[in-house]
Amino acid sequence: MYDTLFFILGILPYLLEGVYLTLYVSTLSFLIGFVLSAILTPTRLFTQPPLSWLARTYIEGFRGTPLLVQLFVIYFGLPALGLKFDAVTAGVIALGLNSAAYQAEILRSSIKGIPESQFLAAESLGLTTAQIYRYVVLPQAVRTAIPALVNEFVTLVKESSLISVIGVVELTRRGEYLVSYTFRALEVYLAVALIYFVMCAAFSQIAKLVERKFKIPGYERGA
Amino acid sequence: MDVLVVSDLRAGYKDHEVLKGISLRVRKGEKVVLMGPSGSGKSTLLKCVVRLVEPWSGRIIIDGTEVTDKRVDIRKVRAKTGFVFQSYNLFPHMTVLRNITLPLELVKKMPREKAVEKALSALKSVGMEEYADKYPLQLSGGQQQRVAIARALAMDPVLLLLDEPTSALDPELREEVLVVLEDIARRGMSMLIVTHEVDFAEDVGDWMILMEDGRIVEEGPPIEMIHNPKKERTKQFLKSVLKRYADGGSQRKLVSP
Repeated sequence: MYDTLFFILGILPYLLEGVYLTLYVSTLSFLIGFVLSAILTPTRLFTQPPLSWLARTYIEGFRGTPLLVQLFVIYFGLPALGLKFDAVTAGVIALGLNSAAYQAEILRSSIKGIPESQFLAAESLGLTTAQIYRYVVLPQAVRTAIPALVNEFVTLVKESSLISVIGVVELTRRGEYLVSYTFRALEVYLAVALIYFVMCAAFSQIAKLVERKFKIPGYERGA
Repeated sequence: MDVLVVSDLRAGYKDHEVLKGISLRVRKGEKVVLMGPSGSGKSTLLKCVVRLVEPWSGRIIIDGTEVTDKRVDIRKVRAKTGFVFQSYNLFPHMTVLRNITLPLELVKKMPREKAVEKALSALKSVGMEEYADKYPLQLSGGQQQRVAIARALAMDPVLLLLDEPTSALDPELREEVLVVLEDIARRGMSMLIVTHEVDFAEDVGDWMILMEDGRIVEEGPPIEMIHNPKKERTKQFLKSVLKRYADGGSQRKLVSP
């Protein structure tokens, strides 16, 4: 028992160094995904068929194929076209492109969730379509999207473990190294899992605070 | 002078015709009351007036501007036509004050200080100035509707369109909104109002129109229509409306037709 405890305490510093890369990759790909989704969503909602179709295909394509396969295409496949990335960059690109598709869906459903009556009221006052989105629709839609966006970030933190397979030495990869040195797979991977869990729980808590801060006064869930 | 002229208006959704040739006018300062069973096309008519629903055919002229002319900038027409919705439709993420200053700044291009001044005076006219910093969902339905009325009034409209402004409210909250509306009416605002408040129609209305199935059934001065309806259908409708209010426990006196 003590032995296990001391063993885990002993490997923690080494594992925690991997947290930095895990968070770096997750954050960067989340931001890339956010920016791309801010382009994808309006393209899908407001442009004419050839373009809107393209945005839709992108979203369906990335949502309908495994992230691991997308990662392989980018890291192992693209060099055939002369596009060669180091492992971290390839990982960030794959996660970012993938997350963009999911974030675009989150944004789209949040916008669709704004009642028609809000549009009508804004139109009846003489606002332009751009003004309606800028001042009435998006501020409300982004609020609705916060929980789902945080959830998407938490998903990214967990899915970033996939890039260990192309050799990025993030949290999971460090666990693998430790296992091959110590042969104590159970303790090591449980410790790795624990670290992921603590990170995700922390972000969920932060999300609750953010949500509360941006809550529309007087708004009750289900009201 | 006519503030609103609607002639032979037809409109609908997809291939379903809702308005089957409606003609009416609102003169300056006049209050026209529109009644009719649900599904008769009252709301669609109001929305057509400012092209929130596109008319199929017919003409609409507001304050000399032909609304149905596709070259007309409809936003200019909307800016001078107030619209009050049944469910208030305030913007929940903005304070009461911001709800009113936003269109003043964006549409009327007013500087912030002037918009605030204007908004506060509009709020004062509906007795809501103390609530300027509250958010809509912190208010009662009646208070929200008064704010929505203030938002419409602040734009200095030539015509106020009201779509069942009291229908979503509890009986005791109706009264405060009706009092505000009566006050606005007395000050000479031109109004086209969809309502089932028979007393209000009688006290405030200059002209009353009963619609059914996209057509006008009967029209005339409210007093005559309410106490001496010509058509059997009007009699029937008023009876059912009055019964509903009696059941709903309206605070207002009931006038029997």
